[in-house]
Amino acid sequence: MNKDMKEELKIRTVKGPDGLEFEVEPLRDYYCEAAPTVQTGAYTAIVEKLFNWARAESIWILGFGTGCGAIEMRPLMSPRFDAYRYGVQGRPTPRQANLFIISGYLSVKTLKRVIRSYEQMQNPKYVIGLGSCTINGGMYFDSYNTIKRLDDYLPVDLYITGCMPRPEALLAGVIELKSLIRAGKGEGANLYAKNFEWYKANQKRVIHDWDMPDYNW
Amino acid sequence: MYQPDRSQYPQKRVDGTLDIDLKSGKYLKLWQGPQHPGVTGNMSIELTVCGDEVVDAKTHVGYLHRGFEKLMERRTFMQVFPIVCRVCVPEPDFNEYCYAAAVEELAGIEIPESARWIRTLILEMGRINSYLMYLGGQAGAFGQGVIGQWTTYVRDLMLDRFEELTGARIYHMFILPGGVRGHLPEGFSGRMEETLREIESVMDDVEKVMFQNAVFKKRSIGVSVIDPALLDSYGITGPNARAAGVARDVRTEQPYLVYPELELEAVIGHDSDIFTRAEVRRRDLLMSIDLVRQILAKMPLEGAVMTKLPNVLHWKIPRGETFIRGECSRGEYGYYVVTDGSGYPRRVNVRGPSYTHSIALFERLIINANISDVAGTLVSLHTYPPEVER
Amino acid sequence: MKTLYQSLKERFTPGELTEQRDGLAFLTVERDQLRPMLGHLRDSEGFGHLVLLTAVDWLEEGQFQLTYLLSNRKKQQDIGLRVMLPREDASMDTIHDLWPTAATYQRELREMFGIDFPDSPRVNEEFILEGWKDLPPYRRDFDTLKYAQATYRDRPGRETRDPAKHMKEQLYPDKD
Repeated sequence: MNKDMKEELKIRTVKGPDGLEFEVEPLRDYYCEAAPTVQTGAYTAIVEKLFNWARAESIWILGFGTGCGAIEMRPLMSPRFDAYRYGVQGRPTPRQANLFIISGYLSVKTLKRVIRSYEQMQNPKYVIGLGSCTINGGMYFDSYNTIKRLDDYLPVDLYITGCMPRPEALLAGVIELKSLIRAGKGEGANLYAKNFEWYKANQKRVIHDWDMPDYNW
Repeated sequence: MYQPDRSQYPQKRVDGTLDIDLKSGKYLKLWQGPQHPGVTGNMSIELTVCGDEVVDAKTHVGYLHRGFEKLMERRTFMQVFPIVCRVCVPEPDFNEYCYAAAVEELAGIEIPESARWIRTLILEMGRINSYLMYLGGQAGAFGQGVIGQWTTYVRDLMLDRFEELTGARIYHMFILPGGVRGHLPEGFSGRMEETLREIESVMDDVEKVMFQNAVFKKRSIGVSVIDPALLDSYGITGPNARAAGVARDVRTEQPYLVYPELELEAVIGHDSDIFTRAEVRRRDLLMSIDLVRQILAKMPLEGAVMTKLPNVLHWKIPRGETFIRGECSRGEYGYYVVTDGSGYPRRVNVRGPSYTHSIALFERLIINANISDVAGTLVSLHTYPPEVER
Repeated sequence: MKTLYQSLKERFTPGELTEQRDGLAFLTVERDQLRPMLGHLRDSEGFGHLVLLTAVDWLEEGQFQLTYLLSNRKKQQDIGLRVMLPREDASMDTIHDLWPTAATYQRELREMFGIDFPDSPRVNEEFILEGWKDLPPYRRDFDTLKYAQATYRDRPGRETRDPAKHMKEQLYPDKD
């Protein structure tokens, strides 16, 4: 991996403007060394139910429009379809989001960035696959650059079919996700931690240009 | 007069390039990556920054690549038309029109009169939608989120009209080789007139809140000016060119469909900065509303909408090549189609206007600009990444 | 277009002119005459706008056809220049000093078809694909369906039907 790495990711010595020399190792700095772990529930069932209610009522979507479906997410936030009354809003950074809507097809280049953003989100986190391209490849079933099954690479909690689904269908999907979370079934992040090796093997088979550490939080 | 001290900034070498030494610790590489609220769609920009000033920029595309041109070679002529509208996501009708016109020209088919009027109506409605989305994005890049809410609302009303006419909100698949798929429904003109009045009232509000706002003006006047001498060498078309004072509009220069029978003129502006480009697009939007009213007034209501095609499952078109162009909301859109006598197209090449705007022109415009101007410049060029890498 | 063709024939040796419609014509030129002809068209005849630079793969004839499409805004004329290259080790002179945007088209052709343009800026950098090691994908001998089925796993339960066969069974089940 070291010899085809990009120039800016190699270890190098840098001289600062005030004359001090220091060593920079981009792939090791700021990244966590431990694999994701399974998060167990709270001690009592009642506290867990309270937590699940709170999580269901404040779903914040990460603002990453990965494909075609991004165009129906803007009407969702406007007053006509109004997702804000359900507690749903969009956040620009993965650190403050807990729902990742994969809106449409994923090319291999975007998949790499999606995985990175997904791993930067904090537990518990959920994934919705929007559109038929995440289910079985959709219209691009014979394309060399789009993936066909999203749940080979990320744990998916819910699929919304359509090409393109209406904003009302998206809202119905979000409501279904809320009832899943209330019932205690929103276990996507724990599934990812349990089967971490399998997911990573699938991801590495498809993404040829793997120049990041295995996980970066 | 105050002369800023530029000794810390990169100096110009003899041949005009900048002297950037990445190992010196003065520069920072910033990725304005695909997950960022300041890029339109999925595109990323790799900036080399010295202080607050951008000294070098590289655009990275390819996040939305599906290999369309390869997929189109595997499908027959009629099987291509469901996937052709997904090349450009926010304004899909242009792809359908250019592809259908290219196939009709190569096969030698003429389409009936009603079909031409309905096609123009759909293209103009799509243009209004695209401009509304642009206005929301441009104001949002400078911090005014409320304009995006208003324009998304009226864009939804227009999408309702699309749904009435074609059956779907976003991907219509209504224009196919041979004509269009159906007539206008009953009472369409009345409902369309209500929608247009709603759009006009929102545009009045937008003009007061956005174009007469001191912050917007301060951030956009004089920023990222396009020199009119660069127009031909960089292939700039559409409102980007018209804001530089050159009247370049395919609808007036090489009129297609029913534009010879409508009254329109090219909207131009004179200082080609961000403010003028937004102003040109706003006036173009009002002209499109007027064009839709003219089309609905002059349209013939009866008549066939599809010609008789040969059996499309076994349709072979003789060998030839052609190029069809049209004026979409971003510039000049073109399809280059080559056929070879079999039932499948040999090569379909989509030439979208963002191909030259977002890579060569953009990298040139943001040199020496602040980091906070990068998002505003990118939105003002009105680029949609799906058509750059298809 | 005919007058333009006559004046081009006086200086260079182009092939036959194919007029597609009023204002659009294609002609085949030799590889060495392309750059001088492009310069002449841009400076003296007013074809200042480079619309398109693309390639077509004629696998059966063993050739690539490069198409350069130029446009004259004042007279509303388009002219397409075709250059035929052999498929093995295809390479062509770069025109990025005539039009700066040609560098982008050349990068794409290098990645998608494998046509080399030496000295074009950034031509060997990855443009659209990332980490691609197979054949250049837009060539005719790259089978995209086979690649997609081998690399990405399918969800079971998907069927594909050929539309011609399906319609024949629906409409004429008894005929042969």
